[in-house]
Amino acid sequence: MAVSETIGALPGMGTKLQVEKLYVAFARDNKTIPVLQDINLGVSAGQFVCVVGPSGCGKSTLLNVMGGFLTPTSGSVKIDGEVVRGPDPRRVFVFQERGVFPWLTVEGNIGFGLFKLPAAERKQRIAHYIEMVGLQGFEEAYPSELSGGMKQRLEVARALAVNPDMLYLDEPFGALDSITRHIMRGELLRIWEAERKTIVFVTHDIDEAVQLADRVVVLSARPAVVQEIVNIDIAHPREISSPRYLELRDGILQQIGLACKI
Amino acid sequence: MSALAEPNKWERLFWPLAAFAVLLGLWHYLVIWSGTRVFPAPVQVERGIVELFHKNILWPDIANSLRRVAIGFGAAVALGIPLGLSLGWYPAANQVVNPVMQILRPISPIAWIPVAIIFFGVGDRAAIFLIFLGAFFPIVVACIDGVSNVPSVYRRAGRNFGLSPGQLVAKVVFPAALPQIIVGLRLALGIAWLVVVAAEMVAVDSGLGYLVIDARNSGKRYDLVVAAMLMIGVIGLVLDLGFRRLERFKSIRWGFRNEF
Repeated sequence: MAVSETIGALPGMGTKLQVEKLYVAFARDNKTIPVLQDINLGVSAGQFVCVVGPSGCGKSTLLNVMGGFLTPTSGSVKIDGEVVRGPDPRRVFVFQERGVFPWLTVEGNIGFGLFKLPAAERKQRIAHYIEMVGLQGFEEAYPSELSGGMKQRLEVARALAVNPDMLYLDEPFGALDSITRHIMRGELLRIWEAERKTIVFVTHDIDEAVQLADRVVVLSARPAVVQEIVNIDIAHPREISSPRYLELRDGILQQIGLACKI
Repeated sequence: MSALAEPNKWERLFWPLAAFAVLLGLWHYLVIWSGTRVFPAPVQVERGIVELFHKNILWPDIANSLRRVAIGFGAAVALGIPLGLSLGWYPAANQVVNPVMQILRPISPIAWIPVAIIFFGVGDRAAIFLIFLGAFFPIVVACIDGVSNVPSVYRRAGRNFGLSPGQLVAKVVFPAALPQIIVGLRLALGIAWLVVVAAEMVAVDSGLGYLVIDARNSGKRYDLVVAAMLMIGVIGLVLDLGFRRLERFKSIRWGFRNEF
């Protein structure tokens, strides 16, 4: 449990995100319920970090504080040394696919955050990201005409189009079927390797975390503290039946207190 | 044939027309069977409609009724949508205004007739005021509900992309609430069409409502009364169908799950 002091960003890389002594409590029925307790965490620029933990432990709360949607009770989140005070287009949240705007076309959704750009540049960016997420031919389609996986790719494209330096993903693939989820992980890694955004990715799927992340942050049950941070030292593309992969995955399962047998 | 089979195109047209024909037949024979000399048979009503057209009474009356609805309903839209959006956006303001609105809302516009005549005298403006009242509250309520039902993910996504509060309302909250607002507008238009007839019976001397009451008062022309009633029904249907077309726009249709 005392690991929290030793975890900063990896030396030699710029610290993008620094969470310091973060404490978040909610008031409910005249009682104070602590959700996050003394979270300390550093994320380097360009790193892919997954946050896992038992259901209801405060993973999403942590992400919401990082994103500026929630003010911490005490402690701070700093990005590039600046305290986060609210949502900002430089760091974009991706929800499950329900975050796309159903009244806008694919083009309209991707162009949504680009209202400050001149029309020509906006058009060019929209085309670029439509191609990146493989939605060519669906430019004029509305979200109701798309599958769950396509909607999710649309939302990622909308987030990337404003050229943020960070992405926060809150269980983005949770509502997809397992085949689509598998494909989407590969897509996300491909995009991440092309654009090198700093990514904080909340999931309850430990396999997903070990497949994607450079580092996996394991939170304890509520009130959450950082229980352990696991470096995933396997190069991409990862062999998901390799001994090292299984070793890391089982280690995290044990951390959370789950047996590796069903 | 399974129960899920789509009816043929001609069937979809044929059966409603058949039902209409049966109704006309029933009406015709009931008039004969009862031996009434006051209530007209369908044929007499048809002659009545033709007569109204020939005397050039019907078109001006229709135009007058539609004009009043356009102005009254238009004013209700112009004031009701901004007010409803604001009240939905600021729940604190809504809590202040809501009790007053809940008291005013169930009062039939008909009950306002004496008050309207005091304010505006007997004339066009009193009728338009009544239509406005009838349409205003459903529009405001639909906007409040629409805004408060906007999922928080949409608002958060909007804020995340750096929208100002004004832009957030215009680009996220309004389009997200629009399907529900459209439903409210349709309801309000239906009420406006109900109210215009009542208002014209009392406050003015033109329009379809006046035609109904005038046909009765000057010589008990019940064929013309029923003719005017039918016109009111047909125009009401056309207005509603026109409004329904709005729901088919793709940027709105997502809010109507059963629509295809």
